[in-house]
Amino acid sequence: MGKKDKLSGEKSRNASSDYRQIFHEVSLKHASRRRITDKIISILAIVCVIGAIIPLGSILLEVIKNGAAVISIQFLTQPPGSIGSDSGGIGPAIQGTLITVGLASLIGAPIGILSGIYLSEFAPTGSGKGVKERAISFFANTIRLFNDVLTGLPSIVIGIVGYVTIVLAINSFSVWAGAFALSIIMIPIISRVTEETLKLVPNSLREAGYSLGISKSKITLFIVLKYAKDGVLTGVILAVARIAGETAPLIMTILGTSLFFTGLTGPVDALPLKIWRLASQPYESAHAFGWGAALVLILIILILSASIRIIAHGKGIRVRTGTI
Amino acid sequence: MTSGSIHLNTDIKERVSSFLVGDRKRKKIGDKVFHGLVLGTAAYTLFIIVIVVFSVGVGSAKIFSHEGFIGFVTGTNWNAVEGRESYGALPYIIGTLMSSGIALLIGVPMSLGIAFFLAEMAPSRLSSPLSFVIELLAAVPSIIYGLWALFVFRFLIKDWIETPLYNTLGPYIPFFNQAPFGLDVFSAGIVLAIMIIPIVSSISRDVMKAVPDTQREAAYSLGATRWETSRMAVFPYGKSGLLGASILGLGRAVGETMLVTLIIGNAIGPSAIPTTLFSQSQTLSSLIANEFNEASSDLQLSALIGLGAVLLILTLIINIGARLMVSKMVKVSPGVRE
Amino acid sequence: MSSSSNEEVTSYSPGWSNVDVNKMLAPATTQASIKLSIQSVNAWFGKKHAVKNVSLDVKENSVTAFIGPSGCGKTTLLRCINRMHEMTPNARSDGKVILDGFDIYDKSTDSAMIKRRIGMVFQKPNPFPTMSIHDNVAAGLKLNGVRDKKLIRDVVEQSLVSAALWEEVKNDLDKPGMGLSGGQQQRLCLARALAMQPEILLMDEPTSALDPIASSKIEELVQQLKEHLTIIIVTHNMQQAARVSEYTAFMYLGELIEYDQTKDIFKNPHKELTEKYISGRFG
Repeated sequence: MGKKDKLSGEKSRNASSDYRQIFHEVSLKHASRRRITDKIISILAIVCVIGAIIPLGSILLEVIKNGAAVISIQFLTQPPGSIGSDSGGIGPAIQGTLITVGLASLIGAPIGILSGIYLSEFAPTGSGKGVKERAISFFANTIRLFNDVLTGLPSIVIGIVGYVTIVLAINSFSVWAGAFALSIIMIPIISRVTEETLKLVPNSLREAGYSLGISKSKITLFIVLKYAKDGVLTGVILAVARIAGETAPLIMTILGTSLFFTGLTGPVDALPLKIWRLASQPYESAHAFGWGAALVLILIILILSASIRIIAHGKGIRVRTGTI
Repeated sequence: MTSGSIHLNTDIKERVSSFLVGDRKRKKIGDKVFHGLVLGTAAYTLFIIVIVVFSVGVGSAKIFSHEGFIGFVTGTNWNAVEGRESYGALPYIIGTLMSSGIALLIGVPMSLGIAFFLAEMAPSRLSSPLSFVIELLAAVPSIIYGLWALFVFRFLIKDWIETPLYNTLGPYIPFFNQAPFGLDVFSAGIVLAIMIIPIVSSISRDVMKAVPDTQREAAYSLGATRWETSRMAVFPYGKSGLLGASILGLGRAVGETMLVTLIIGNAIGPSAIPTTLFSQSQTLSSLIANEFNEASSDLQLSALIGLGAVLLILTLIINIGARLMVSKMVKVSPGVRE
Repeated sequence: MSSSSNEEVTSYSPGWSNVDVNKMLAPATTQASIKLSIQSVNAWFGKKHAVKNVSLDVKENSVTAFIGPSGCGKTTLLRCINRMHEMTPNARSDGKVILDGFDIYDKSTDSAMIKRRIGMVFQKPNPFPTMSIHDNVAAGLKLNGVRDKKLIRDVVEQSLVSAALWEEVKNDLDKPGMGLSGGQQQRLCLARALAMQPEILLMDEPTSALDPIASSKIEELVQQLKEHLTIIIVTHNMQQAARVSEYTAFMYLGELIEYDQTKDIFKNPHKELTEKYISGRFG
C-alpha cells in the first residue's frame, strides 16, 4: 500500500512523460529500419520457397522431357540389348520392381500392421502403474524407440543386413534378400502409422464392444481396424512408395540382371537399380534409357502418392510422404 | 399363442446361453492367439535391430581384426593389391561430414525460411497446396535426384556458383582454390541440401504453428513487426523442435547414398580427403555402393561392411544425441503455472 | 508519408503534425477532456458483422468498462482501438478512432506505432517463456531500439512498481517469467505493457483467468494507474465493472446499447435491455 507514494504525484507523472518522449524519439529513429528489415525478410522467405520449388519443377520437367522421348511398348517390355545400343528396353527392371516390392509388402505390411496394433491396443503409452504394466510399458516404449531409430538408418546398411543374412546364407543374390531388406524399411513406417491411426479411434467404440461381451481380438480386428482402415492403408501405401524408389538396399541383395525373373532365389532387376547402372555408363543411349526408366518410376510413385491423398482426403489423416 | 411364445422365449434363452458358454472358451483361445501374434510381431521389430547389429558386426569382424578398430577409423589407405591390402575409413568419414555439413548450412536456413513463410506469412488457402508441393520433393527417389544432378544441375552449379567463387576467392583463399568441374563435395552438399528441405521445413512449420497465438499477440501488442514477432515469440518457444528438425535433416544427409555416388566425384584413398571446397571426394555410403559388387577379396568386402559399421555408429550417435538435446531443451518448455 | 520539420519535438510518425505532438506531451487539462473518440466503427470477421456502427468518447484518466453478454462484440471493439483486430485473418474494420485529434486509421499511420501509445493486457497471461522477468518487461523497449542499459533498468523497476510486482521479484529479476503464479504473471504482463509508457491501456478480461485475491489486486492497480493513463477494460463480470469504472458501455449483438457514467448505468439505466442485463435476466 505504501508503494502508492512512488506512483502518485507530479513527479512520477513528469518522469513518465519524460520517458515517453525519450522512447518516442528513439523508436522513431529505428522505425523505418525495422519496417525495411521486415520487408527484406519477407522477400527472403519467398525466395527460399521459390528456391525449393524450382528444383522440383526442373526435375519433373527433365524426367518428362527426356523420358517421354524413349518410352515405347518395346521399351517397357523388352529386355535390354547389348551395352551401348539403343535397342531393347527395361522390361526386366519393371517386372523386378513389381515382384520385389510386392514380396516385401507381403512380408512387411502384416508384420507392421500387427505390430502397430500391439502398440496401440495392448500397450498404449501411459498405462497402468503396477509392476506388470510398467514392464509392458517399458517393452513397448523400447519398441517405439527402436522403430524410430530404424527409420533413421541409412538404407545401404539395411542392404548389408540383407546381404549377410540371406545372400550369404543361401549363397546367391536373390529376390528374397531384396524383399527382406525392403521389408525392414517398411515395418517401422507401417507400425508407426498404424499405431497413430488406431490411437485416433474413439474409445467409445471399444467400450461398446466390450460391453457386448465381444472378445478383444474381434473388437480390434473387426471394429477398430475397420474404422481406421483408411489410415492404415495410407500407411502401407506410403511405405510402398518409399521402398519402390530405394536403390541402395538392392545393390547387394538382388544384384540386378538383364534377365527376366527366374525364381525367388535368383537375382532380379529393379527400376531404381537399373537407372543407377544406366546413368553410370558412358553411352548417350544408356542415359536416355535412364531417363525413361526414371519416368516410369516417378509415375509409379506419383500414382501411389496421389492415391494416398485421395484416400486420406478430408479424413484428417496427416501423412508425410517419404519421410517419418 | 401366449404359452407358445413363452416356450419360444425359453428356448431361445437356452440356445443363447449355451452358445455364450461355449463361446467364452473360444474367445479365450482366440484372444490368446491374437495376443501372441501381435506381441510376436512387435518383438520382431525389436529383433530386427539385433539382426542389423549382428550382420554388420559379423561382416566387419575381419577388417577390424586386421586393422584394429581405431586403425580402421583413422586410416586413409584403400589398397586392394593382394599382399599389401590396407583399408581405412577416415577420408570417407570426412567426406560424409563435409558434404552433410554443407547440406545443413544451406538447407536449414532455407527450410526455416520456407517454414516461416508457410506458418507466418501465407494465407491458409496458399499454405496447404504449397506444403503439398514441398512434400512432393520428398517423394522423389534419391536416384532420380542423382540422375538430374548428374546430367542437368551440376552444370548450373559449376557455371553459376562454383566458377564465380573460384575466380573471385580462389586466388586468396586456398579453400576455394581448385578448378571446379561440377562433380565434387560442394555440389553434393548443395543437392543434399535440396533433399533435406522437405523434412526440415515441414517439421519446422509444424513446430511454428504449434506456438500459441497468445504469444504472437503479446509481441504484436508491443508494436513488433512480423519478423520481430517470430524472432521474439515463435523461434525461442519452438527452439527444441526446430533443432530436432535440423538433426533429422542431418541424419538424412549422412545416410544418403545414390545421389552422392553420381555427383561427388568418386575419389578413393587419401585423395578422397577434401582439401578444397571443389575437391572430389567420397562418403561412407557412396563407397559401399560403388565397390560392394566389385570387391576383389574377402578383406575388401569386410572393409566395406566396416564402413557400414562406422556409418551405423555415426547415425546412432546423431540420433541419440538429438534426443538428448531435445529432451534437455524441453525443460524450458512453458506452461502457465497456477 | 509526409515529412515533418523539426521545430520543438521530432514527429512521432508520418502524418502527425507538430501541433498534435505538443498537445500529446502536455499534461491532462481537465477531467472532462476526451482522450479517445471512437466514431462509427464497424468490424467484421469475414461475413460476420461483429461491431455495428459504434461511437463513443473515452474521457482522459478515466476507467471505462465495456460490458455485455458473450459475443456482443466488446472484445472486438477493444481490439479495434489498437488495431489488433485487423491482424486476424479475414478480419476488417472501418470507421475512425481519434486519438488526441488524429485518426489512427488514417492511411499514413503505421499500425505498429499505435501500439506504442496504446498498450494491451490479455485474458490469459502470456509472458515470454524463454525470457527472464527483467527481459519480459524490457521486451517492448528493446524492440523499439532503446539501448541505454541504465535507462532500461530504471524503466523496468518503475513498471514493476506500478504493477505492484516489484517487491515480490526484485531479487529474482533474472529468473524465468514462467516461474510465477498466474496472478503474478498477469502483473508481469501489465508491467510489460506499462514499460512502453502508453497513454491508453486496454485490458481484455484481465482477471477472468485469476483467483479472487489476484483479481482484486489487479482491480486495485487499475484504480492507481488511472491517474496516469486512460484505461478501457472489457469484463464479463458486472460487479467488477461497477467496482472499478467511472464510465460503462453496454453492448449487445455488436451494437452499443448504452454508454453513461457507471453509477447511472447500474442505478438508472435508460434502456430496457440494459436493465435486463444488469438485473441478470440474461447474459
